[in-house]
Amino acid sequence: MAVATFPARKILSRTVTYVIALAVLALILVPLVYAVLGGFRTTGQIAERPVGLPDPWIFTNYLGTLQSPAFWRQVRNSTFIALATTFLILPLASLAAFALARYRFRGREAIYTFFTIGLLFPVVAATLPLWLTLRDLNLLGNPWGVILPQVAFGLPVSIVILRPFFRSVPGDLEDAAIIDGCGPFRFYWHVMLPLSRPALSTISVLTIVGSWNAFLLPLLVLTRQDQWTLPLGVNNISTQYGTDTALVLAYTVLSIIPALILYAFAERHIVSGVTTGAVKG
Amino acid sequence: MQTTSQPVDISPPGAKAAAPPPLKGAPGRASWPVLAALILPALVVYGLFVIYPIVQSLRFSVYKWNGLGPLTEWVGLGNFVEALSSRDFRAAVLHCAIIAVLSLTLQLPFALALATLLNQKLAGRGLFRTMFFAPYVLSEVVTGVVWRQLLRPDGMADRVIETIGPLIPGVSEEAVQEFIRPWLGDPAVALYALFFVLTWKYFGLHMILLLAGLQGIPSELKEAAAIDGAGPWQAFRYVTLPLLGPTIRISMFLMTIGSFHVFDLVWVTTRGGPVGATQTMATYLIDFGFGRNRFGYGGAVSILIFAISMALALLYQRFVLRRDVEGALT
Repeated sequence: MAVATFPARKILSRTVTYVIALAVLALILVPLVYAVLGGFRTTGQIAERPVGLPDPWIFTNYLGTLQSPAFWRQVRNSTFIALATTFLILPLASLAAFALARYRFRGREAIYTFFTIGLLFPVVAATLPLWLTLRDLNLLGNPWGVILPQVAFGLPVSIVILRPFFRSVPGDLEDAAIIDGCGPFRFYWHVMLPLSRPALSTISVLTIVGSWNAFLLPLLVLTRQDQWTLPLGVNNISTQYGTDTALVLAYTVLSIIPALILYAFAERHIVSGVTTGAVKG
Repeated sequence: MQTTSQPVDISPPGAKAAAPPPLKGAPGRASWPVLAALILPALVVYGLFVIYPIVQSLRFSVYKWNGLGPLTEWVGLGNFVEALSSRDFRAAVLHCAIIAVLSLTLQLPFALALATLLNQKLAGRGLFRTMFFAPYVLSEVVTGVVWRQLLRPDGMADRVIETIGPLIPGVSEEAVQEFIRPWLGDPAVALYALFFVLTWKYFGLHMILLLAGLQGIPSELKEAAAIDGAGPWQAFRYVTLPLLGPTIRISMFLMTIGSFHVFDLVWVTTRGGPVGATQTMATYLIDFGFGRNRFGYGGAVSILIFAISMALALLYQRFVLRRDVEGALT
């Protein structure tokens, strides 16, 4: 290889690399920018020129959504369901994973396998029988009818992430704790939980994002409009006011802001969560 | 909050060492009441909302049942036979299979190409990675609503094609006009339009997985290959690709299983239409079982979806996982 051509080739391949990366970046950004700008236009403007800047800038779509009680009610409902799901998954999964990791007892591996079977069952396929179970329990039209199944379906992957984590804590620590008069629960609370903070944060972030975006289960369970979450609201407004494109876009854009903020702050956790979950699942 | 976008390491602390630390004294012993207090809460919730409904659906799938009253009209395997011989259900399975095949042949190479690209030293690499993965965090509902606007007749997608199309040498403006159609309204293309949107949302996930796999390959190996006279393509083909095998197989598994579970995006954009052209197994279940109060039949369809997922998972375990981890998986 001639030494002189080497930098030229390198520059060429560099350029190609950047062109490809920027093209894909445009493909990702264009729909999002279209939605954000569309919210600042009128439906007439959008229909006339699908591609274009707001002219003039209209603020009523965003302001109207921000003043709508229905929108804020959906924000509250989504937040409540996401937080309640997370606050239930964390103790349930970590207590079970703790027992399955630190103690020897008959049937331990059977129970663990029983939990991992859940990884094979998609919520989608289980919805119909799940709906009947919720009806028998009188949980239809009740946010807990969304929260409890979300917890249940989130347990397998959480336990699969947590168990090896708990297991790797050296036994010496446990011995020391026992000598200091620490029972299993205090050991769990004061030693295990602080040591597994990264795994717990990852589970929390994944649970919140999953719950925030959930559609099918809330669609079937939350029958009363005042219980709706944001995805139900977005879906409803896009069918009910389907002709008012600008309003639909403004509503949609506002609904994703919390998820994007969480992503900006917790990207590391989401990334490590999906990578570990995938490898283990 | 750290500004670095490196993923946090949530693998167990001891996992990186060659041998796991000896579990001295652990796992220990605990009394039954303590164990019960630790495990039972999770077991009850999991049993009640995951296992019990699934077992129930096995039971009522052999009845004709509208969801009310006792199970009286026993039909044996009638519901299963009806589903398997239904043209609509078969079409739904076929659509899922098409999405799976397209994902494996188009989305996976695309994700791999971008992962390879971002594995190089590149200014703004972190930003590219963050942006490419961002659609994965958006809900399918939002993705569907926005893309329905973009793909509507005479919408932005059409305008972009009109602008870029004629710039390609040998493509006339008439050809471009002929190419444009109602993307989500034409039964011939709606499924492929949906696949495009699914790729937009999910390629970032696979790119991230593959990127993590690539970063686990020691650079010495590629350097050694270069010293032995391998060009970049040869190094990729004979060093990188084989070592990336386990990650690629995980991506393949997730793509396949995901394709058979698609629901939200389809429901929001096309509801399975036009004329059933984008019906998936999940939309079929909601439409024909739930929507028509045919719970016995819906139960049978649920079981079939489980069976297909289970078969895929077992195939994966049998042929792929065993060879990758040799029982190392807990």
